[in-house]
Amino acid sequence: MTTLIKGARVLGGQSADLLLEDGRIAAVGQRLGVTGADVVDAGGLVALPGLVDLHTHLREPGREDAETVETGSRAAALGGYTAVHAMANTDPVADTAGVVEQVWRLGQEAGLVDVVPVGAVTVGLRGERLAELGAMADSAARVRVFSDDGHCVADPALMRRALEYVKAFDGVVAQHAEEPRLTVGAQMNEGDLSARLGLTGWPAAAEEAVIARDVLLAEHVGARLHVCHVSTAGSVEILRWAKSRGVQVTAEVTPHHLLLTEACAQSYDPVFKVNPPLRTDEDVQALRAGLADGTIDAVATDHAPHAVEDKESEWAQARPGMLGLEQALSVVVETLVEPGLLDWAGVADRMSVRPAAIGRLDGHGRPLAPGEPANLLLLDPAARAVVDPAALASRSRNSPYAGRELPGRVVATFLRGTATVRDGKAVR
Amino acid sequence: MKRHLLDAADLDRADATLVLDTAAQIDQALAGREVKKLPTLRGRTVVNLFYEDSTRTRISFELAAKRLSADVINFSAKGSSVSKGESLKDTALTLEAMGSDAIVVRHGASGAPHRLAHWVRGSVVNAGDGTHEHPTQALLDAYTIRHRLGRLDGVRVVIVGDVLHSRVARSNVWLLSTLGAQVTLVAPPTLLPVGVGSWPVEVSYDLDAVLPKADAVMMLRVQAERMNASFFPSAREYSRRYGLDAHRMAALSDDAIVMHPGPMNRGMEIAADVADSVRSTIVEQVGNGVSVRMAVLYLLLGGASS
Ligand SMILES: [Zn+2]
Repeated sequence: MTTLIKGARVLGGQSADLLLEDGRIAAVGQRLGVTGADVVDAGGLVALPGLVDLHTHLREPGREDAETVETGSRAAALGGYTAVHAMANTDPVADTAGVVEQVWRLGQEAGLVDVVPVGAVTVGLRGERLAELGAMADSAARVRVFSDDGHCVADPALMRRALEYVKAFDGVVAQHAEEPRLTVGAQMNEGDLSARLGLTGWPAAAEEAVIARDVLLAEHVGARLHVCHVSTAGSVEILRWAKSRGVQVTAEVTPHHLLLTEACAQSYDPVFKVNPPLRTDEDVQALRAGLADGTIDAVATDHAPHAVEDKESEWAQARPGMLGLEQALSVVVETLVEPGLLDWAGVADRMSVRPAAIGRLDGHGRPLAPGEPANLLLLDPAARAVVDPAALASRSRNSPYAGRELPGRVVATFLRGTATVRDGKAVR
Repeated sequence: MKRHLLDAADLDRADATLVLDTAAQIDQALAGREVKKLPTLRGRTVVNLFYEDSTRTRISFELAAKRLSADVINFSAKGSSVSKGESLKDTALTLEAMGSDAIVVRHGASGAPHRLAHWVRGSVVNAGDGTHEHPTQALLDAYTIRHRLGRLDGVRVVIVGDVLHSRVARSNVWLLSTLGAQVTLVAPPTLLPVGVGSWPVEVSYDLDAVLPKADAVMMLRVQAERMNASFFPSAREYSRRYGLDAHRMAALSDDAIVMHPGPMNRGMEIAADVADSVRSTIVEQVGNGVSVRMAVLYLLLGGASS
């Protein structure tokens, strides 16, 4: 299978042709010609390495009514992703080699993105004893990222052991930083607005206290720590300090925390209920700045599909979480590229190169250069569209961007040289 | 008036005053009558949709609707399809299909009346939602203060107790400040919300310091479970620092009044002799509640068209 992409702006720079052959980039240059190739006219489009998500909830096994590995993979491909990390809070929990291999195989069968399972840190996400981390690492799924996401590994001794243990296979513990005793019943960011709305507050300090603790533990034991969905200005400050000390810490921010604020909660519409909650405008500005200067390493979607009945309810009863895969790149264009905080190379770094490195994924987050795996996307940065949840590929509809106009349209995605998306539509 | 009464924070001065004036007119119209009933809402249907037990509030709304000749349906979530898992939205659509003109809703979740208003064409009246608001309680409190003291503008109201969890306190803060009263909140810092600094109120931790200047003192119910969650060390300490007893009442000016939304914990936030004293408006508040709720239903359902 040979594909010739004509005239794409590679990382937004010079226009060039890319020849994809046998799953690899065979050549990059001007006026490449080859007979019998499938030709893609990419005039005006930006070519980026295929995006890598460190934080996706695919819901299979257990809640296939909300999402499956296949529907989530399609949503990911449409968003420009070529690899996603599937979070472990499924039913059953991905805390054994058997479950992570099942998810991995389902991803292979869907064939739209590389689905990389995340293993649970503790058995059943209960925070009591370590799951068989080594067995998951040794399995066909080659798990390198471990997380109890949805729950915090709150016990400091257990967190220390997890950080130490995964060093044996170059793993990383991805922490959902939330001190549970400070967030009992929490519904939204704690502050002026939560007090007015009568919704129990989730204080920024509950996130910051755990991050501060964990970076000190990671430093002490010399292990890799990854911080999930950072949401506060204070967290960015702690990460900046930790990195300046040489702690092996990385962090991610979600698209919704880069764009939306707690003000969305005023409608009491549970589509805006998420954990950690949407924060203040100051937090949003600090997160954008932190991503721009590299303090925050990656954009990760925390794509969290929910069935209608789990969202169309009272705020307190609704499950937290929102869709993210299909609009993530558009949100980054809106919040960082268009304001001039990040160029296209920066987008590639934060959405592909660094997440792939954190997850120790070979074959993703590579330069668009001859010999490299042909994992890439083509984006029309000039396109703008209003988000219509009914048109999403995800099985769920809980998009916080419904009705909002966003820039940027993924025109094509290639996984090892094969198009998974063409003309903005999933190929399968 | 808007179509719904969801928050006291939403009421502007004109609308709030209209409710109080209308309640006063209703009181006058019914004074001395043997049959306390007006024909205003004949043929209209009011549903009391109660997800939380609150006999006094439900009866007050029921009486208000009946005195306006409306048909009243009491829909308790207990023992109904709701307890079998029917969603709020499905319940709303069912009530809508049955032709309800107004839904009076009490719910444990903050914002539930807002969601309900989103799904129905009729009016929604918030009868207390979570720790958010209880607007008709604030209206009846304002009515009571105006009735007793003759005005609201410049009146100094002290609200004492568990502000953090109190929808009554929230509604009173917004409504009383809209109507020109000066509100002071008194509580241990653990029972004040983090965002209280942005509210149009003064805050004190010292009840004795503020009592001499008060025109009205509103005591809030304190639930024993707050003690178990360490919001304060003990019932005894709370009562000593923040309870209103005869000794403290003596520090009040001569015409100051004492209020409580009920039900009371006698001996905890309020001493029995204070609750039963001539300064206490507690019984009066209950009666005023019916008049104010009549005014609200009348203005939402009948006032605009008649
Ligand atoms: Zn999480």
